[in-house]
Amino acid sequence: MNTSVNLCGVELKNPVLECSGTFGSGMEYSEFVDLNRLGGVVTKGVASVPWPGNPVPRIAETPSGMLNAIGLQNPGIDVFCSRDIPFLKQFDTKIIVNVCGKSAEEYIQVVDRLAEEPVDLLEINISCPNVKEGGIAFGQDPKSAEAITRAVKDHAKQPVIMKLSPNVTDITAMAKAAEAGGADMISLINTITGMKIDVNRKTFALANKTGGLSGPCIRPVAVRMVYQAAHAVNIPVIGMGGITCSEDALEFILAGASAVAVGTANFSNPRATLDVIEGIEEYMRRCGVKDIHELIGAVK
Amino acid sequence: MAKYMEKGVVLSQKKLCGGIYDLVLQTEHIAAESRPGQFVSLYSSDEAHLLPRPISLCGIDREKCTIRLVYRVVGYGTKEFSGLEPGDRVKLVGPLGNGFTLSDKKALVVGGGIGIPPMLETAKALAFSGMKREDIQIVLGYRDICFLKEEFEQYGTVTVATEDGSTGTKGNVLDAIGAYKLQGDVIYSCGPAPMLRALKAYAKEQGMECYLSLEERMACGIGACLGCVCKSKDVDHHSYVNNKRVCADGPVFHAEEVEL
Repeated sequence: MNTSVNLCGVELKNPVLECSGTFGSGMEYSEFVDLNRLGGVVTKGVASVPWPGNPVPRIAETPSGMLNAIGLQNPGIDVFCSRDIPFLKQFDTKIIVNVCGKSAEEYIQVVDRLAEEPVDLLEINISCPNVKEGGIAFGQDPKSAEAITRAVKDHAKQPVIMKLSPNVTDITAMAKAAEAGGADMISLINTITGMKIDVNRKTFALANKTGGLSGPCIRPVAVRMVYQAAHAVNIPVIGMGGITCSEDALEFILAGASAVAVGTANFSNPRATLDVIEGIEEYMRRCGVKDIHELIGAVK
Repeated sequence: MAKYMEKGVVLSQKKLCGGIYDLVLQTEHIAAESRPGQFVSLYSSDEAHLLPRPISLCGIDREKCTIRLVYRVVGYGTKEFSGLEPGDRVKLVGPLGNGFTLSDKKALVVGGGIGIPPMLETAKALAFSGMKREDIQIVLGYRDICFLKEEFEQYGTVTVATEDGSTGTKGNVLDAIGAYKLQGDVIYSCGPAPMLRALKAYAKEQGMECYLSLEERMACGIGACLGCVCKSKDVDHHSYVNNKRVCADGPVFHAEEVEL
C-alpha cells in the first residue's frame, strides 16, 4: 500500500500535514503526536521581524467552529531559524515554512533567509484575514497575487505553495493567478472572515471585531473550492478546511487534493493528525486501494 | 512536565450552590503529575463544541489519582459537565500551566469568585508544607453565597468578603484585607481581573511579593496557538514580543511581570 505523494520533487510519506497556525512549530504537540508520523509539519507564519499580533480576546467558539484573530504573532525569522528549524530537523518529516509579510520586500527577506536552511517547502500566506496590511491584501486580487507569487519565486530556493483565501468571488481566478505567477502548488482554504457579537456585553467577541472562521462548519465551502481550484490549474493542490477525521480528509483527496492539512481539529483532539493518517490507511485497506494516487481527484 | 490526554471517570458530582458544581474525576496519570495552580482542559462530548474548557484544579489526590474541579456553569460546555454522573467518562488533557511556586513566607491566599477553587489546593499545600496556621491568611471574596469556606478553615485563618454583606466584610477582598489589617510577605491569588489589578497595586504599595493566576479565552491550551496571551514586562521566550501565553507561561505570573 502506497500512501506517499510527491509534491514537486518533495516526497511526503503520507499526504497528511497540519495547517499553519494551529500547531506552532510542532514543539507543543510533540507531546501528543510523534512528528515522525506526519507527512510534513507546516509551521506557524513567520515574518522578517517579530510581530506582536492582535489584542485579546483572540478566540471565540462558534457552532462547529471557531473564530480567531491572533494576528500572526511570531518571533521573526532569526529566532525561527535558530530554534524552530533545528527542533524540526530532529524528526523524519518534511519542513514546510509558512511565510507572512506586509510587503513584497518583507516576504522576500524571509524567503532569502530560508534559502540555505534545511527547509523542504515554502507556503506563502497571502490570505490571513486578521492583519490589515499584507496577508489578505495580496490574496483578494488576482493581479497582486500573481505579482507576489512571481516576486517570491524569483528568490525562492524551495518549491513554493501559495496559500489562498476563500474570501473571494471566484477561487479559480486566484488559483490561476498563482499558477501564472509560477507557483509550484497552491493550498486552500485559509479561514473565512466572520464576526461574533457578545449580546451580554454588547460588544464584539474578538478585540479585532472580525476573525477567521475555521473548523468543520467551513468544510463544505473548502471542499467545493478545492474541487474548483483542482480543475482550474495543473499544479498540485493541498486541501484544508475543517478536517477532523479521515473521512473528511478523503473528501478533499477525492475532490482533487494531493495532500491535506488538519487545522482546528488539533484543538479538539491533539492526536487528530494521527487519527487521520491511520484512518486513511484503514480506508485504503478496506477498499482495496493500493496507491493513494488512485484516490486523488477520483471524483470528477 | 508531561501532559496526558485521558478519559477521566466521574467519581462524584454535587452542586455546591447556584451554578457552582463540585466534580471529582479518577485520572490515570494527571493527578500524580499535578500541582496547585495548574489546570486541565475538559472536552465537550458534542463535536459541535470544539474547544476545550480550561478548569482549575481545586483538589489533587496523588495517591488515589483523583482531581477535583469546582466550576461555575457559564455556557454550553460547563452546563454539559454539570450533568455528568458517577461512572461517566470525560475527555481531558492535563496537567496544564505552571502552577504556583510556593515558599514558606507568611502568606495571604486570596481568591475571588470562581477564582476561589484553585486557592484551596494552594492553601492545602502551604499547610502540608509545615507552615504555621497563623502564617496562612486566607481571604475569600464572594458575590453572596459562600462555598468551600469550611474547607479552607482546615488550612488557615479565613476572612470573608461578600458583595451584598451577607457574610463577613461588605465589599471585596481588598476591603476585607483593609478591615482586618491582614499581613503577609507574599500573596497568592486567583480571581477576576479587577481584583487582581487591585491586589497588584496593593502588593506594590506594601512591598509584598505577589502572584496572580490569570484567565483568558484559550483554544489549544498547550501553548501552540497563541490565542491566550497577556502583556508582559519582560520579553516572552516564545515570540519575543512581550506577550506571555496564559496557558503555557502562566496561568500564574509574578504580579510585576504582567500588565493587567
